[in-house]
Amino acid sequence: MKFRGGIHPQYNKITADLSVEALPLMEKYVVPVAQHLGAPGKLLVAKGDEVFKGQPLTEAAGFVSVPVHAPTSGKIKAIKNLPHPIGIPMQAIEITPDEQDTLWDEIKPVGNWRELDPATMKSAIQNAGVVGMGGATFPTHVKLSPPEDKPIDYLILNGAECEPYLTADHRVMLEQPADVLEGVGLMMRILGVKKAVVGIENNKPDACKALQDNCPEDLDIDFVMLETKYPQGSEKHLIYALTGRAVPPGKLPMEVGCVVQNVGTAVACLEAVRDGMPMISRVATVTGSGINRPTNINFRVGTLLSDILAFCDGVNPETGKVIFGGPMMGIGQFDMSVPAIKGTSGILCLQNDEIAQFEGGPCIRCGNCVETCPMGLVPSILGLLSERFEFTEMGDNHIADCIECGSCAYVCPSHRPLVQLFKRGKVEWRVIQEKQNG
Amino acid sequence: MDDKSTITPRDLIVSASPHIHSGQDVRSIMRHVVYALIPALLIGFWVFGLSAVKVLVLAVVGCLAVEWGCNKLLNRESSLLDFSAIVTGVLLAMNLPSGSPWWLVLVGAIVAIGLGKAIYGGLGYNPFNPALVARVFLLISFPVQMTTWSIPGVDAETGATPLGAVKEAVSLGKTVMDVDLATTKDLLIGTVGGSFGEVSALALLLGGLWLLYKGIIKWQIPIAFIATTLFITGIAWLIDPAHYVSPVFHLFSGGLMIGAWFMATDMVTTPVTQKGMLFFGIGCGVLTAVIRLWGGYPEGVSFAILLMNATTPLIDRYTKPKVFGEA
Repeated sequence: MKFRGGIHPQYNKITADLSVEALPLMEKYVVPVAQHLGAPGKLLVAKGDEVFKGQPLTEAAGFVSVPVHAPTSGKIKAIKNLPHPIGIPMQAIEITPDEQDTLWDEIKPVGNWRELDPATMKSAIQNAGVVGMGGATFPTHVKLSPPEDKPIDYLILNGAECEPYLTADHRVMLEQPADVLEGVGLMMRILGVKKAVVGIENNKPDACKALQDNCPEDLDIDFVMLETKYPQGSEKHLIYALTGRAVPPGKLPMEVGCVVQNVGTAVACLEAVRDGMPMISRVATVTGSGINRPTNINFRVGTLLSDILAFCDGVNPETGKVIFGGPMMGIGQFDMSVPAIKGTSGILCLQNDEIAQFEGGPCIRCGNCVETCPMGLVPSILGLLSERFEFTEMGDNHIADCIECGSCAYVCPSHRPLVQLFKRGKVEWRVIQEKQNG
Repeated sequence: MDDKSTITPRDLIVSASPHIHSGQDVRSIMRHVVYALIPALLIGFWVFGLSAVKVLVLAVVGCLAVEWGCNKLLNRESSLLDFSAIVTGVLLAMNLPSGSPWWLVLVGAIVAIGLGKAIYGGLGYNPFNPALVARVFLLISFPVQMTTWSIPGVDAETGATPLGAVKEAVSLGKTVMDVDLATTKDLLIGTVGGSFGEVSALALLLGGLWLLYKGIIKWQIPIAFIATTLFITGIAWLIDPAHYVSPVFHLFSGGLMIGAWFMATDMVTTPVTQKGMLFFGIGCGVLTAVIRLWGGYPEGVSFAILLMNATTPLIDRYTKPKVFGEA
């Protein structure tokens, strides 16, 4: 099934053929307490404490919460507000490594997922701090715990990687296909589903083949090549493309019997159960014309952006923007001392002449955005409403369904800052609704 | 740390996503529209000579001047570089008789940009197609000058447009057979009387198809507009060929081609949804056919498009796309 709308940007997957390189140990790590959607964890350590690699620094504060862990062994230098990729300083734990990289002695395998019960595995996944690695960073164990009245019949593995430039998921599928599929099997067992579908955009046939060749015989997994179109990797559109089921507005994938997980998350789940290893590292793409040596890296959560840029031989003088994530939905960074975190799938350095400037001319009602919006909204009208502060009207026009994919702004000939206007409108609409509901 | 990676935050741009853009802008759209009009303009120059060039230059310069003046008067940023005033000027010129006096063209420019666009807030906010507002204003205010058509090839002589000739004959109780109808070949090439840019159906079709190919316009409006006009005039012709001309004649004569491809596709004044565009095109076709067949004017394209412009907000409201996942 093809979803309506979407765009075909230049993909620029310049790092697709480059193997993942592990970063060396750095002189400093900054581990923010909040790296996921949900309640931040509660601190378990204090300034001056000695910690070991993989040791939890926080504990989950409730069900929709996960801990963070020490990326290496060393001493806690400070716990204070430090720059965070979302743009405002947040509480973080600064660690000075002792260069021994000693593993915490309580890290040991939980067991074989083919024999373990779902509850044990889910708690192992939560304790390992696993979150969705596609970028939304929702705690994975929560997604693997659908309520009983929502029967799940499909596990969907998101290998679309539809953001231009990014090749991290692609490399994980190529280099660790067996781990990805073991992770899928593990999540299938937790959910009690018989069937999994892997969706991969058809610009990555090698990834699809690698997975097919490594598929365990006891797992019923379909591999589907999808049209290369942004935002193919959006949860709702991926489900629609693979199953023909449309998640209703305001609902979650479980409404149509599906759970979607990212390929990196599958590996993280497997490592959490098989090795007892918490999520202290991940694969990301460092790319763009601004970086001197584009590549794929495996970095420890908490590595400073400046260290990553230096590892890739730095940026060239024309660089005008450094983005965490992809060019469509990533977040522009202004402080090179921010740490890369669990949700950092890419670091994109764009040169000045490539950067879109949304200075906001008048809407000429060309209808390109309407044709493009994968959610079936009318972005042109929503943009005008936001400019006029008519937020209730925006709510009536389904602003809450906007996934902020940026397709509308990408095609807008007037370069209107549509996504920015919608982000504002969404917040205002939420406030209005909260007031209405008392 | 490698000193090549020393990059201070001062050097960086921080803005909301997305960080890349397709590259299309308003100026390139307007430029493409002008390019698409070149074949019809050249035919106009060839058929009507220097007087057509004069009308074009006056209209474009006039529109740019009025745009500049309105910006100054209303304290707005300069909008000359978005090229929209140039497009309005070219379309206005093409909708005037080639022998129009200079003051007629300038009044047209003032009405198009001033009353048609600037008072609503400029580009993007005008409900009606500015060039058509001017054309209809002039047609009603100066009917003699606006219907004095030069006859191609015959200097200083005037006559009727092909549609006008038919209307006049039928209103005098004659039949279509009594009229010396323009041939399809003349209509296609443009060697007939009419506004200087509307006469060559072929040149306009070429430009329209190019805009379609470039993705500047969508097919719904021109195709629905033309098909509906053909359908209704075709039925009338089948029932009473003595008093109604063939749909092919309607297709290639008057302002249908320039209207359907260039005026009814004006983005600002037409619906944003594709379903809405279809309704808009059908509405234009119905009104054009009704005016041409039974109205007082021989030509109805301008009135049809302006009337449909007024329905655009309504059409948009009722043709909103279905939200993803909504039952």
